[in-house]
Amino acid sequence: MEKFGRLTAKACPLLLANVDTDQILPARYLKLPRSPELGRVLLNDLRRDPDGNENPDFPLNRPFWRDAKILVAGRNFGGGSSREAAVYALYEAGIRCVIAPSFGDIFAQNSVKNGFLAAVLPEADVIELGAAVAADPELPVTVDLEQQTIARGNRSFAFTIDPISRNQLLNGWDDVDMTESYGDRIAAFKAADRERRPWAQPGPAG
Amino acid sequence: MSEAQTLIDKLWSAHEIARREDGATLLWVDRHYVHEGSFLAFTQMRKRGRLVAEPGLTFGIADHYVPTRGRDRAIADPTIAAMVTTLEANASASRISLFGLGDPRQGIVHVVGPEQGLTLPGLLIVCGDSHTSTHGAFGAYAFGIGASEVAHVLMTQTLWQKKPRRMRVKVSGKAAAGVGAKDIALAIIARVGADGAQGHAVEFAGSAITALSMEGRMTLCNMSIEAGGRCGVIAPDAVTFKYLRGRPYVPKGPAFDQAAEAWSNLVSDPAAAFDREVGLDADTIAPIVTWGTTPDDALPIDGSVPDPGRERDPARAKYLRDALDYMGIAPGKKLTDIAIDRIFIGSCTNARIEDLRAAAAVLAGRTSKVPGLVSPGSSTVKRQAEEEGLDRIFRDAGLEWAESGCSMCVGINGDIVPSGERCASTTNRNFRGRQGPGARTHLMSPAMVAAAAISGHLADVRPLLAGRNPG
Repeated sequence: MEKFGRLTAKACPLLLANVDTDQILPARYLKLPRSPELGRVLLNDLRRDPDGNENPDFPLNRPFWRDAKILVAGRNFGGGSSREAAVYALYEAGIRCVIAPSFGDIFAQNSVKNGFLAAVLPEADVIELGAAVAADPELPVTVDLEQQTIARGNRSFAFTIDPISRNQLLNGWDDVDMTESYGDRIAAFKAADRERRPWAQPGPAG
Repeated sequence: MSEAQTLIDKLWSAHEIARREDGATLLWVDRHYVHEGSFLAFTQMRKRGRLVAEPGLTFGIADHYVPTRGRDRAIADPTIAAMVTTLEANASASRISLFGLGDPRQGIVHVVGPEQGLTLPGLLIVCGDSHTSTHGAFGAYAFGIGASEVAHVLMTQTLWQKKPRRMRVKVSGKAAAGVGAKDIALAIIARVGADGAQGHAVEFAGSAITALSMEGRMTLCNMSIEAGGRCGVIAPDAVTFKYLRGRPYVPKGPAFDQAAEAWSNLVSDPAAAFDREVGLDADTIAPIVTWGTTPDDALPIDGSVPDPGRERDPARAKYLRDALDYMGIAPGKKLTDIAIDRIFIGSCTNARIEDLRAAAAVLAGRTSKVPGLVSPGSSTVKRQAEEEGLDRIFRDAGLEWAESGCSMCVGINGDIVPSGERCASTTNRNFRGRQGPGARTHLMSPAMVAAAAISGHLADVRPLLAGRNPG
């Protein structure tokens, strides 16, 4: 799995609350395999009108922010549907980190599995950071996962992330490899569990 | 004496295989439901050259992309057809039982699992779908996961998780006639917020919860994700056991009684502590509808939509303006003055037999003023509804009676609400574009959707139930 350590990049403000995964990647694109096409349809229905014309005022459509790697977003980012392709769409569009006051739990979990950072920052700090990057976009933002800091110029904020996600991102642990190393314990659990909970096995249908 | 435990703690510890120093816990998975959207996970598994670890605990169900009309013909859109056939191919290659298109048991995964008795108390259940929380109605620990985690479960039958905080929502009192599980769910979401239960597993308890049927409990647990919760759970009781006994995959005879005895311990100990407690009184809950673009934009039907001009918080005022603008509703408008263009009765939230009965009780002998689609939660529910004559009531009211699938809740099989149209819907999400680009969704109970249908606008179902059995 890809590691996440430290990132210095342009940050694009998207200070809308409740940008759910249906908006991040509308359901009609869920048939697509993982591909760069997902990046092109990121936030499609907010970015474009029904005829496909871009809304020039939408921050990610502004030429300066097209290659932003960081999003500064509103509360409850990525709530709703469990679609991991929402994270793929952000990733394929070049984004590696979203900073927001809160995230949908499943989105946050999916982020970690893709080496993508969902950094939780208090709402007041998000508003300050969002206003700062909107007013002066040239100054880059540095996100440091080891230190759990977000710095811009001489201003620094402390963000939170659960320690398990932090560990996995810093180390780039692969879950399946990790689980393999617990093979004996899984086998022992399974054997004991069949004795303890015989009813947990699905019966033959009938 | 061991420490008092919540139901959530008991379910968690029964599945704990190992715990790392950082707190990550490896959990055993008892049931894994996969659907067409799980193709990404099967691809990940194949890339690693791996096989499904426990095909006997994995069940495939075709629901997200299946057509609800014209099943005697081939699916016209080849990209949609490919989604259905890819699931069939993956299930067959991995020797997974499949409830596919054409199977008499086919339906929405969160309806079929319980209906077939695959979902049982005390199980840990996952599926690549956020509404997996539905199965918590049985006292199962059930939650939605993304494609990478689906792949991990396929390959190992286990999952690494962080233990969530524990919340209890106690709903006391008794819900009035015309007020159902959906109204209770929306009242809870309005209270805690669409992200209010983030990071929490939620136990629902109290007299108004235990009074619910299994269908009602499923509706409530289904919607726990709309409050941001990791999962919802209700302690199993006699209502649960009665529902389960005799279903196809449920233990039979003495094995059932032994199981029920074990399941009876799945309750929160009286002294157990929760990280957060919320209380509501069901007597004060009126029928509720949503007006905006998140499920917590929910109000009793006798209210009016907010007026951003009266909102002092500028960020909140902007949110209200944007939501009303998307929904095409004037600030301060009375909810019952909002005209609708169509209705939808369906989805894993509200398309079980009890839901169809509740809608039919309002619609019987009446005509819908708008077109609408009724898609039963499963093919089994469809047959039962037809035996009860409910399909005739829907058809006579002018509504379309269709086959079972996720249909117009997520709109990816082609059943969508046209852009700009307003739909009264029994579904779970009023997000922008959820039912199709530009679609405007109002969430409510099946009875309230029926009331909106015959009124042509959002309406209070209670007066329309006068002299009728509410189903």
